[in-house]
Amino acid sequence: MRVGLVCPYSWDVPGGVQEHIRDLAEALMDLGHEISVISPADNDDLLPDYVVPAGRAVPVPYNGSVARLAFGPLSAGRVRRWVREGGFDLLHVHEPAAPSLSLLACWVADGPIVATMHGANPRSRMLHAMLPILQSALEKINARIAVSEAARTTLVEHLGGDAVLIPNGVAVRRYEKADPLPGWPGEGGALGFLGRMDEPRKGLPVLLRAFETLGRDRPGLRLLIAGPGDLEEAAARVPGPLRDRVVLLGQVSDEDKIRAYHSVDVFCAPNLGGESFGMVLAEAMASGAPVVASDLDAFRTVLRGGRAGELFVTGDAGDLARAAGRLLDDPERRATVSAAASAAVRAYDWPTVARDVLQVYETVVSGTGLVGVER
Amino acid sequence: MTGIFLAIAAAVLLGVYISWRAGRIDRLHARVDAASAALDAALVRRSSVALEFASSGLLDPATSVLLAGAAHDARSADTARELPESDLTRALRAVFSQPGCRASLEGREGAQELLAELEGAAHKVFLARQFYNGAVAATQAARHRWLARMLRLAGGAPQPEFFEIDDSLAGPGEDAQRSDMPHLAR
Repeated sequence: MRVGLVCPYSWDVPGGVQEHIRDLAEALMDLGHEISVISPADNDDLLPDYVVPAGRAVPVPYNGSVARLAFGPLSAGRVRRWVREGGFDLLHVHEPAAPSLSLLACWVADGPIVATMHGANPRSRMLHAMLPILQSALEKINARIAVSEAARTTLVEHLGGDAVLIPNGVAVRRYEKADPLPGWPGEGGALGFLGRMDEPRKGLPVLLRAFETLGRDRPGLRLLIAGPGDLEEAAARVPGPLRDRVVLLGQVSDEDKIRAYHSVDVFCAPNLGGESFGMVLAEAMASGAPVVASDLDAFRTVLRGGRAGELFVTGDAGDLARAAGRLLDDPERRATVSAAASAAVRAYDWPTVARDVLQVYETVVSGTGLVGVER
Repeated sequence: MTGIFLAIAAAVLLGVYISWRAGRIDRLHARVDAASAALDAALVRRSSVALEFASSGLLDPATSVLLAGAAHDARSADTARELPESDLTRALRAVFSQPGCRASLEGREGAQELLAELEGAAHKVFLARQFYNGAVAATQAARHRWLARMLRLAGGAPQPEFFEIDDSLAGPGEDAQRSDMPHLAR
């Protein structure tokens, strides 16, 4: 199948939507499909060969902050030419309600269109003024995908209609191999945590209490914490005698995040709730880290009911200490869990996600011609 | 006898002077009120024309959504209007400085009229804000004099405040910013 993907944000600026499109494009190409992506970009020389530049995105006030978007006759002209010359069976636009390239693509194109909604947009008041403008372009979309329940709810509430839920994929091959951070995991064993340090729902306090117990019996055990938040405030919450055995990395780059997963013997996800999928869990599993997680529904599903990782009673530091202790003291058990996790995480790997997306494509394409331009 | 007469005369003169000063402050406040109403009308007019442009179908939908969003935000702000109004200026600037924007409007029905209306409305904001801030400066100066402060000549009237927004429609560094007749960036 020949598919044109439309990215609304600058390709060379890091962001979830861009990453999603890159991973999807590469997974679809691996499955033997022809893919072309059009995207705004600051530097055309650094683009992969499947990306067609649509010019620079312009900083403009939008949604209460300054966003970098592609709009105006020049961008519209480039999208139009790309569609006309592309000979696509289908267009797949991302975040089509944002005033950028995807909306322009819906406007100029005539033919099968699939759209993926990424964000949760809280601005219902403002949408009222924009709805009539959006509607005529968005009406052309044949099928809609939401990456999360939040994105789906936003869509239903603001634009109407429903969407198929296909969660973000985890690019497993990006996580599989990495060097541990220097000096990790060390002789005495290491626990890991990733997430906002100051957000109670991520459950760091539960882990710190469990670490007090675990650390008493295991003098060499260390705890590696990565994620945004106030470093000093977080350090103050660590009990005195253990303070020099807790290492706070703060916000880390993508590359260091993967290395952090490879730096620990046991990865802990002590979340108290509010997780719809558990991306962090899937990433740790893809990195081969044995996982201990609270028994939230979402985590239980990802961990195959406990076969691909240990589950403990949510919020119970004692139970977390016991579960983590079992893994820390038994290398063989760690290897078994890690292998089971690597197998289980395949379900969230991009090739699997791309196949789900392809099914949507096939439903929409059957019987219609190529994508053309209007007028 | 002459002494008392002189004292009374001085007191009367002082009274007349003070009441003249109080009247002046009063007139300045009235001038601020009038300028404020004119500024408000100019801002409302600008956001309506921007909204009209956004829903005219003359622009592409991405541009229209941006413009509609900025105009709507400017319109619905009750207090703290300065930021959303500045954002509207910046959105207008970004939209009309897009390469090919003007060319794409050539020959479209109603486009030139709407463009002229928008330029006029934007220019009126610039003028109205200048007049308003001029009135505020004069009033503040009059209120700050020691006699006015001592005798509370302004009474209970609230201290008027400047209205500071970005209302230049030429991009930074362009000459039009210097001129008193700003136009939508070309």
